[in-house]
Amino acid sequence: MSEAIIEVKGLRNRFGRQIVHDGLDMTVERGEVFGIVGGSGSGKSVLLRTILGLQRPQAGEVLFKGRDLTRMSIAELKQVKAGYGVTFQQGALFSSLTVLQNVQLPMLEHLDLPADALDELARLKVKLVGLADEAAGKYPAQLSGGMIKRAALARALALDPGLLMLDEPTAGLDPISAAAFDELLMDLRQQLGLTVVMITHDLDTIFRTCNRVGVIIDRKMTSDTLEAITQNPHPWIQAYFHGERAQRFSSHGT
Amino acid sequence: MAAADSEHAAVMRPFVSCVESGRVYLNVSRDGETLEVELAGHWRGADLPAIDNELAAQSFDGARALRVHVPEDVQLDLAGAWRLRQWLQAAEAAGLSVSYEGQQPGQIALIESTLTGAHAAPRSSSESEFEPVSALGRQVTRRWLSVLAAVHFIGHAFMTLLRACTSWRRLRPTSIARHVYETGITAIPIVSLIAFLITLIIAYIAAQQAREYGAEIFVVDIVTVGVLRELGVLLTAIIVAGRSGSAFAAEIGAMKLNEEVDALHAIGVEPQEVLILPRVIGLVIAMPLLAVIADGIGLTGGALLCKWLLDMPLPLYLDRVQDAISPTTFWVGIIKAPVFGLLIALSGTYRGLQVRDSSRELGRLTTVAVVQSIFLVIFANAVFAIVFWQLDI
Repeated sequence: MSEAIIEVKGLRNRFGRQIVHDGLDMTVERGEVFGIVGGSGSGKSVLLRTILGLQRPQAGEVLFKGRDLTRMSIAELKQVKAGYGVTFQQGALFSSLTVLQNVQLPMLEHLDLPADALDELARLKVKLVGLADEAAGKYPAQLSGGMIKRAALARALALDPGLLMLDEPTAGLDPISAAAFDELLMDLRQQLGLTVVMITHDLDTIFRTCNRVGVIIDRKMTSDTLEAITQNPHPWIQAYFHGERAQRFSSHGT
Repeated sequence: MAAADSEHAAVMRPFVSCVESGRVYLNVSRDGETLEVELAGHWRGADLPAIDNELAAQSFDGARALRVHVPEDVQLDLAGAWRLRQWLQAAEAAGLSVSYEGQQPGQIALIESTLTGAHAAPRSSSESEFEPVSALGRQVTRRWLSVLAAVHFIGHAFMTLLRACTSWRRLRPTSIARHVYETGITAIPIVSLIAFLITLIIAYIAAQQAREYGAEIFVVDIVTVGVLRELGVLLTAIIVAGRSGSAFAAEIGAMKLNEEVDALHAIGVEPQEVLILPRVIGLVIAMPLLAVIADGIGLTGGALLCKWLLDMPLPLYLDRVQDAISPTTFWVGIIKAPVFGLLIALSGTYRGLQVRDSSRELGRLTTVAVVQSIFLVIFANAVFAIVFWQLDI
């Protein structure tokens, strides 16, 4: 029985009169790649932000390895945060720091490393995500979209976390870069034993990387293995996985 | 269309050519009770005013049917199609039956399917009337909540300070040094210039008045006490509020828009510790230093004016300065500097953190930060003045 890394129970999120989630449940097990899918405005990013503690829900709980984040002290919370890495939709790199400094920031905050180790480890992470050495000294404004995504991934991996949470990692990338990113992710996941939670619209990415998929429909989540989800009779899910754009993946459904 | 069929010749009205009538968009002819309309020219958005004129001149009197023909060479965009559709609907409302010769234009079909397919937009409640009492209530609640939020922010900042004091590194001395440089050192030129010029002006005005009574020497008193107690610090604070209050709000606001603040949270770093605290501490350190410089430059300005206008030699000026000040004059002014710095920094960083959604918000909150800083500074200055007056300092 796999250990549940993230458990969301009975989540309720509301903005003014708009109810985004109503009794949403989600479980992510160790070692899997879990894709979060949903229509625009269905609250995928809100869900991620709630898990990260950036959004306070009206009801429900979020457990990390069985522990409730809202009941932790600041020091404990910091420990937990060292255990996961996050990438945001636009990269959210610190614009006044170079790529290398971006990667070093989590290290500086959580670890006590001598300067040379700091430098080398950070460069290692930059190389790990497939960026050229020169990229390490560049500022985010000087990077292309694909490079920003990779740099963000490098920063997410700075502390060798066991869990990665990615918000639309391939959005805006050309098909070649997107495919390369998927490969990179799968490679790293295998080598580092990562659990990955990913919000994505990209069918290619879903079929290439995810074991389980959670679909947010009607403010709740329906999750299952990738195979099973594609067979789910709900009309939206059918349209999503078997619509025209998904036709080339139809072999996966059988 | 223009063919004169002999059977109908008696009934048919003469065809009005577009050249004779000046019509550009419609060719209309009557065939018994049927209006035959042929579009001409281009029916596009830019042509709408002229089209409207022509349509207005066209009446449906006596007609039972309307037949529309849209020739191939007529350019019809959605605006033109919409106008045509409107006119045809008016015809239907007047009792005519409308038909097309040939195909209904694709644009009209598109408009039809778009409008009938869409659900009626739910009436938004904000369209209801303005209700003064509930509006007042909402304002009051909102103000109260923003006061609470501000108090929360200050408390959080203070707690962060206490927690950061546990280690030297957590206070981020490099960051503080950078802010002292940016808010203090780089502000020296502008603060000096303004302190110099304003003091010059005030000394000039005082000198003009004092001359009448032969009391020029008291200009020195006015300048000295004025600059040291009030003017030096106040001018510095207002300039710093404009410079650094807006800079803090804009920097942090831009970071918020770019999700960098969220990223800090996600990494386990408190934005308060990394962004807010170094700025506050930096400004609290920089303000008194700037105020001292402003005081010095202000007194220099006074000296120069007295030399030029009143022919007062420098030693006399300095002597008079010595007499005019008491032990507390300088300190009364300088003590206010860190307080002003605190107010400006808290205001700027707080407004920066409030930014969300759009660059418009960024602009608005930057403005609020500056205006609020200046207001707080002047208000605090007044409070200080009253306190000192009561304490007889």
